[in-house]
Amino acid sequence: MADIASPYQEIAAPKPARAGFQNKALYPWLSWLMPVVILCVWETASRLGWIAPQVMPAPSRVAETAWELARTGELFVHLGASLLRAAGGFVLGGTIGFALALAVGFSPLAHALLDRSIQMIRAIPFLALLPLVIVWFGVDESGKIFLVSLAVLFPVYINTVLGIRQIDPKLLELAKITGMPWFAVVRRIIIPGAMPSVLTGVRYALAHAWLALVVAETLATTRGIGFLAMDAREFLQTDVILLSIIIYATIGVGADSLARLLETRLLGWHPNFAKGAR
Amino acid sequence: MNLAAIQTGLHDHLPDDLFAGSPLAVSVSGLQRRYGERLVIKSVDLDIREGEFVALLGESGCGKTTLLRALAGLDKPDAGTIEAPGAPGVVFQEHRLLPWASLWANVALGHEKTIGRAGAVRALAEVGLAGREEDWPRNLSGGQAQRVALARALVRDPKLLLLDEPFAALDALTRIKMHALVRELVSRHRPGVLIVTHDVEEAIGLADRILVMRDGQISASHRPIDHDPVKLRSLLLSELGVIASRASAPGASSKPDKLKSRTDK
Repeated sequence: MADIASPYQEIAAPKPARAGFQNKALYPWLSWLMPVVILCVWETASRLGWIAPQVMPAPSRVAETAWELARTGELFVHLGASLLRAAGGFVLGGTIGFALALAVGFSPLAHALLDRSIQMIRAIPFLALLPLVIVWFGVDESGKIFLVSLAVLFPVYINTVLGIRQIDPKLLELAKITGMPWFAVVRRIIIPGAMPSVLTGVRYALAHAWLALVVAETLATTRGIGFLAMDAREFLQTDVILLSIIIYATIGVGADSLARLLETRLLGWHPNFAKGAR
Repeated sequence: MNLAAIQTGLHDHLPDDLFAGSPLAVSVSGLQRRYGERLVIKSVDLDIREGEFVALLGESGCGKTTLLRALAGLDKPDAGTIEAPGAPGVVFQEHRLLPWASLWANVALGHEKTIGRAGAVRALAEVGLAGREEDWPRNLSGGQAQRVALARALVRDPKLLLLDEPFAALDALTRIKMHALVRELVSRHRPGVLIVTHDVEEAIGLADRILVMRDGQISASHRPIDHDPVKLRSLLLSELGVIASRASAPGASSKPDKLKSRTDK
């Protein structure tokens, strides 16, 4: 019966899947295949002596070093010091950025007074300030925290101002009709309305904070992941250097998932951030 | 204003004002509003009593939305007075629900202490959304969202309800359901209602009094009760300038709303 209906049926019924590659359920596992292969090749090449250990130690050697440093507790002292710097700088810079953004977002006067200056300072790549920071603060803790705060301040500021600006004026009209006091307007409409943008800012800020920390910790330090790497460089301990790079990466990923967690928690109402949407 | 001139010599076979006994929901006199050089509202006098349903018809840009916004307190008139007991409830063309607040929180917005969750839940049940209080606005259809907006506007029992083309964005069937719901809610809560609309049928179907606004003035006022609906429809359409004028046809009774001809330029 090869009549009019047949072409449609052909479209409707997909061809039988060939082998397992049509199965989309396997793709997440497939994405891990490449890293694992690379790791195996690297390990083999190191063991066979194709790569000099000073250039690139075997993954197993790095793991051993990590275990060793963890066992003595040395690793956690440095990790703690680094995290403390990052957190301190993040809280300081984030608070200042957020407060400035609130002022500029609400008050046209504050906007006129502050925004241009903030935009000018923002044009400076914060790492270019490094020599100046050393002159101002020396090489102790405050200089490092200052650098991290500076890196955090601008993404938080810019995105919070943007978030406040983007609030639908129609919702503010509604607030006017219901006769809400200003603090209720801030709490019920402005903060939740600006939240998606604020969290985007937080995510950028976390990435910048990490970058600032890496650079700040290459200055004279006695503690921190950066110190671990710099110290290892003196003695050509590539395994330790590699380990600190991996730790930086891991914490970066951790910070990003923290930001995502915040997004799913605080933006459950938002179709783009609702659970399962990404 | 030849239209107004025609309509001044009119006859009334019904009591002058069906709602004369009710207290005033709003009283507007000498209202004027200009944007730059343009006089958007020349002069408007309008009384709406509690329980009375008034429709305001007019083509775009005639000043009807400006008038409603002035009554809502969102626009400051340049001259004239608006007297109203308490704040009005307002429903706009868009639902204006907070996407980050549950339905009950949206209904109770700004009055969480006085209304509370229970009051908001009751108001939601009244518009046919019982059991949906914890839902998000994004899970609602257009009609359901407007129902929530209605619940929010009525939850504090305002003396005046302002509706700014609230059903314009809904499909025809949903609109019919919403008309029935509004009629029911208004007969229960008995606020004075001013609905701004483009839709002549909607005005005839809902209102006790239909005002036509033209060039910043109320140019005609009709009570559907005085008219055959078909004739009223064509009369209104001619007054709106949609079809050729038949306003002078015999039996077309109309009465301008307190047309104290003010001479303002």
